[in-house]
Amino acid sequence: MVQPLNQLKESASQTAGPYVHIGLTPNFAEIGGVYPQDLGTSMVNDKTKGERITVVGRVLDGTGTPLKDALIEIWQADADGLYNSPSEMRGSADANFTGWGRCPTDMDTGEFRFETIKPGRVPFKDGRKQAPHITFWVVARGINIGLHTRMYFGDEEKANGEDPVLARVEHRVRVSTLIAPREGSTYRFDIHLQGEKETIFFDI
Amino acid sequence: MSDSQISNRKPETGAFFQRDREWHPQAYTPWYKTSVLRSPQKALLSLDNTLSEITGPVFGHNILGELDNDLITNFAKPGEMAIGPRIIVYGRVLDERGKGVPGALLEFWQANAGGRYRHRKEGYVAPLDPNFGGCGRTITDEEGNYSFRTIQPGPYPWPNGVNDWRPAHIHFSLFGHGFAQRLITQMYFEGDSLIWKCPIVKTINDRAAIEGLTAALDMNATIPMDSRAYKFDMVLRGRRSTLFENRMEGN
Ligand SMILES: [Fe+3]
Repeated sequence: MVQPLNQLKESASQTAGPYVHIGLTPNFAEIGGVYPQDLGTSMVNDKTKGERITVVGRVLDGTGTPLKDALIEIWQADADGLYNSPSEMRGSADANFTGWGRCPTDMDTGEFRFETIKPGRVPFKDGRKQAPHITFWVVARGINIGLHTRMYFGDEEKANGEDPVLARVEHRVRVSTLIAPREGSTYRFDIHLQGEKETIFFDI
Repeated sequence: MSDSQISNRKPETGAFFQRDREWHPQAYTPWYKTSVLRSPQKALLSLDNTLSEITGPVFGHNILGELDNDLITNFAKPGEMAIGPRIIVYGRVLDERGKGVPGALLEFWQANAGGRYRHRKEGYVAPLDPNFGGCGRTITDEEGNYSFRTIQPGPYPWPNGVNDWRPAHIHFSLFGHGFAQRLITQMYFEGDSLIWKCPIVKTINDRAAIEGLTAALDMNATIPMDSRAYKFDMVLRGRRSTLFENRMEGN
């Protein structure tokens, strides 16, 4: 026998189910009067520093059908590359930027939409700079454990080319699944759960 | 949003322990039919946490309303209450090192006593309770403790097999201190024989993992003549220590 490590196991994940809106976006689910507003609906205000952008997209299943019952959360750095988090030790992030957003996909069209700013570059563990990116977390009925991925910016070719995370992708044809093309101030990021265009998901 | 009052402990900045993907459900579990077309089929790309995953949003108590942790009254008309068996759900949020997680935002949602959700897409014949909304939230205290009051939800049938029923359950969403800790799970009730028949529960392979999602009836925490109590602890990923972390030259 050896000494026990006395470590616990993480609680096992279970699907968010079809009614995730009741818990996480009750106003969207027409349950009014419990919370003044749904959390994560607004990431910026008039004073937020940085370039205003819109991120839109859909989550598509193995047949190409958009999910109308998914919920997306995003997490990103501010314009200077700082996170609005107590674990951020490099400085104070923009107090007018939450860095975190939550949006259910539209019950009719399946589209999600975030009004945010373009993040700055954040260092990798070895000090190299990562390209600007937004972390995505997707939950829905049929998804047994939340899926993590990242959105990179289509107009940041040079930064994307030196990003240490993108460099880890063995099958180079898949890198494009993480890169959102830009049109005006809008980036479109469709997430494919399966199939030829399956998005790269991360075990972080 | 970040609130330095939540804890006077020094913030932790280590990467999180690797997730045990065999303990968690697999993505592709064909007996839970919806997973078939919604499960990624390619290998996940393993990534030791960067700052993007080590950090995460933290929520202050200022977001909480007075009734947010009382589902019996938070949607009810003044002076009225939701119908059903009155219960208290309490416990701790710990990390894998056994440390309490202070300042964790917990959001929960559930069906009413008849097993009916208040949702546009819900079609079960059981009636809505006009005094029950079905959502609540709270933030853990300095030791990771939480509690809320609700009614015990009913089991409900769902379209999967022709006669599949969900055991009574409460959905939980948890935020720890890093985005890599983000977790959604469900709480089941001790003694519910539907637990072991449920295709969604069976997405988890490990019996101990399922037992870890099953709350215990705690008669010592009940309020006599008022509410029974269930104890439900939850565990989030632990953090590696940064004490002896390798540093690349020049950093
Ligand atoms: Fe449910």
